[in-house]
Amino acid sequence: MRREVPLILTAIVGITMIIAHFIPPLNILKNLFEDWFFIIAAFAIYLGILNLILVNGDKIYKKQKGWLFGAVVILGFLVITIIGIFFSGGKSFQDPGTPFYYIYMNLYYPLSATMFALLAFFVASASYRAFRARNVEATMLLLAAFILMLGRVPIGEWISAWLPEGYRLGDAADWIMDFPMTAGQKAIMIGIALGVVSSALRVILGLERAYSAGE
Amino acid sequence: MNETTNQEKKTFWEKLLSIDRRIIFLFIAVAISVPLFFKTSLDMPVSPVVQEVYNAIEKLEAGSKVLVSFDYDPGSMPELQPMAESFFRHCFRNNLKVIIMGLWPQGPLQANIALDQVFKDEDIKAKNLQYGIDYVNLGFTAGNEVVIDRMGHDFRESYPADSRGTPLSEIPLMRGVRNYDNIDLILNLSAGYPGTMEWVQYAVDVFHVKLAAGNTAVQAPSMYPYIQTGQLAGVLGGMKGGAEYEIALKRPAKAVSYMFSQAIAHGVICLFIIIGNIAFFSLRKKKTS
Amino acid sequence: MGKTKMVRQSHHHVGKLENSFFISFVLVSLLLSLCLFALRSTLAEEVPTAQGETAIQKDSVPPVPPTNVTAKDIPNDKGGAITVSWERSADDGGGAKNVTGYEILRSTKRDGGYEHIGNSPPGATSFSDNATKDKVLYFYKIRALSSTGTSESEPSAPAFSKRQWFNFSRLSLFILSLIIGSAIFYFIEKAKSGKGVFIRKIAGLEAVDDAVGRATEMGRKIIFIPGIMDMDSMQTIAGVTILGRVAKLVAEYEAKLEVPVCRSLVMVTCREVVKEAYLNAGRPDAYNDDMVYYLTDDQFAYAAALDGLFLRDRPAAVFLQGQFYAESLILAETANSVGAIQIAGTAMPTQLPFFVAACDYTLIGEELFAASAYLSKDPKLLGSLKGQDVGKFIFLLAIFIGAILLTLNSVLGLNLPDLRELFKGI
Repeated sequence: MRREVPLILTAIVGITMIIAHFIPPLNILKNLFEDWFFIIAAFAIYLGILNLILVNGDKIYKKQKGWLFGAVVILGFLVITIIGIFFSGGKSFQDPGTPFYYIYMNLYYPLSATMFALLAFFVASASYRAFRARNVEATMLLLAAFILMLGRVPIGEWISAWLPEGYRLGDAADWIMDFPMTAGQKAIMIGIALGVVSSALRVILGLERAYSAGE
Repeated sequence: MNETTNQEKKTFWEKLLSIDRRIIFLFIAVAISVPLFFKTSLDMPVSPVVQEVYNAIEKLEAGSKVLVSFDYDPGSMPELQPMAESFFRHCFRNNLKVIIMGLWPQGPLQANIALDQVFKDEDIKAKNLQYGIDYVNLGFTAGNEVVIDRMGHDFRESYPADSRGTPLSEIPLMRGVRNYDNIDLILNLSAGYPGTMEWVQYAVDVFHVKLAAGNTAVQAPSMYPYIQTGQLAGVLGGMKGGAEYEIALKRPAKAVSYMFSQAIAHGVICLFIIIGNIAFFSLRKKKTS
Repeated sequence: MGKTKMVRQSHHHVGKLENSFFISFVLVSLLLSLCLFALRSTLAEEVPTAQGETAIQKDSVPPVPPTNVTAKDIPNDKGGAITVSWERSADDGGGAKNVTGYEILRSTKRDGGYEHIGNSPPGATSFSDNATKDKVLYFYKIRALSSTGTSESEPSAPAFSKRQWFNFSRLSLFILSLIIGSAIFYFIEKAKSGKGVFIRKIAGLEAVDDAVGRATEMGRKIIFIPGIMDMDSMQTIAGVTILGRVAKLVAEYEAKLEVPVCRSLVMVTCREVVKEAYLNAGRPDAYNDDMVYYLTDDQFAYAAALDGLFLRDRPAAVFLQGQFYAESLILAETANSVGAIQIAGTAMPTQLPFFVAACDYTLIGEELFAASAYLSKDPKLLGSLKGQDVGKFIFLLAIFIGAILLTLNSVLGLNLPDLRELFKGI
């Protein structure tokens, strides 16, 4: 029963969601199942928080390698939670002027933006490593990357200003975006959609059971 | 065993191919940061997809209602915040009414930051815009695409009150607004999921509302299929899209000033790729000879 | 190392269930399609005749009333909704009697008893009434409001809402789903007969054994990241399914596995999956709940935590399988910098280029969903991959024929059918 019940539930919910897409009166069930998922996911956050505290707490208690990082995690979690809940002065905790807003603007935002900014450096090192004209396909990729990188910034206009309008680097970049790139994207999206359909059917039919620890 | 026989000295080209990535990082850091200290005025042509976004807003009559959805977090602020400010400038300049919402928790906060910035402009200040009459911030609601779907029936299903807790029935701007039928244009600023794709699938396809978007540069290519089918009016792609929009608006601001930095950075990356390929071919030639 | 594993056959009673399910599904679907085609052509709305005279309210200096008010059942819905349309008042958009809004009035009688049910702003020409009772006749009037007075339109013809049991705007999608679904079922059944199914080699999946073996030899851990989305994403399910296969291999090789996750539900699922994998490998003693742990829901905080993990622990192999966003390149480059072998897989078209550039092996799009079938070598799962190809063939054919038809139309000025109309509902 331990294996059959989840499979039956999966099949019922999966088939209902598919059929509800075509049979409007079943939308009530569809909305209900969606709401249930959000409720479960919302409560599951507590599981995650508990795990975070336990794992890091254990690390601190046993003074394992990297325990200081664990202390930072728990301290940060407690400080921001307490400030957000108890020190908002009657306003919504996200409103400008609250201590939470101050932490958001001066701590969270710079940290988040910094992590995203790392991409600029990693793109450079990944490009340096990856864009080598090893064969014909790699050379075409390299040329396309060049045209797009230069065409999407004013440098492309400066370099190709001597060419007639419509044939400059910017226009070439736009052409690559409009045609080869879009065609490739669409093809990948079709393949992905079919993969999702097949994968979903396997899950609904109970053929794919590894995700539910069934095999 | 003699160690020197097993350790051949790396040639210049081999060293170049296996260069420490921190040297590349250093060059990129200089390429991005130094141009920021220079004031430049860049002129670039406005691409058709950006012009369509401009036209979509420009065509609206005064008093039209625009729903702006903020679906990004501070990580994407450098690319999307200039677009947000430009959207607000354009809407307020044309006396459009703005309804702000967010499918990401940080979205409405980003909207407040953009509003603070835009309200410093003299021409916008002179309009004496009032919260609840000229603009409103509905805040964040959890639910992703389900929120989009439910707003198609009634905004109040997802937003019974605004971000300050005021019931929508008490907000003058929202009194005539029930669902997308009462919205003239949706502007979406998106950095991922949920984002423009979900707005296309759940708002445009189902309720046939007009949508224009601003996306990060990485996401913008995925939107081109939707532009070609007419599901999306236009898209601002990354910093360049934002800069083109500011030029179309005749109000160059942050995005235009950041473009110089991006241009130099792209040039440096291209230079490194050329150097890497020269090293690669030199080494290959040496090995074959 | 590198040998293929024999797959256990599924249980007999589950196989029987699948057989009868398949046959009944195909039969019912065919019958349903035929009925729907027949029904579509015979369905007609009944519109009872209206009775009674109209009553127009007279105000001083009122705006010109709206005209041509029509009411219609909203098609392809669950009922309870009528859409009301009208032509704007001539005074809407300027003038001394400028319309400031419209009120929508509804009654079950033409002559009176109208109640105010909603508002529309100036410029509006439609309103959706979502609070009707099915099969009850309603009449609608539109009242134009202005500072100088109000005026009402003539009542609309009566309309009633009704429930549609099938959304005909999605008929194309329904038929396509039936064809692809049937094809998948057919090839699953065919694969059961024992005939081998040819699947081309996927380099990334062939390298899984090598990656795990490498980690075992080096005595360093394997880190598996199932994406940053929750269990409602098919990519996450695909990633977690692959985790089950990889975890079994890790248990057999007695290597070390760590699964830091971004969502609580994913943590719970991954724990069950890894536990079961270790049990199936005969190594339940080696499993520890701490192998799977939660970090944070925040995208870049998660990326920062993983970067720190890679730099401190220097894993030998990193699996990035699931749905990723901007953090993909950060993770891939950092893992590359510590010398880990990376096997990535995602169905995010925006992130694929980064994985292709930075990782040793990348599963592109549908290869992620095929991975579980590929690794398990289960004939039924492999059969479903073949069914997918039928769908791809249909799309290829449609694109090819559609492109030729459009080209002929454009070049020769013919009026051949546009295949895009057929796929509009999709």
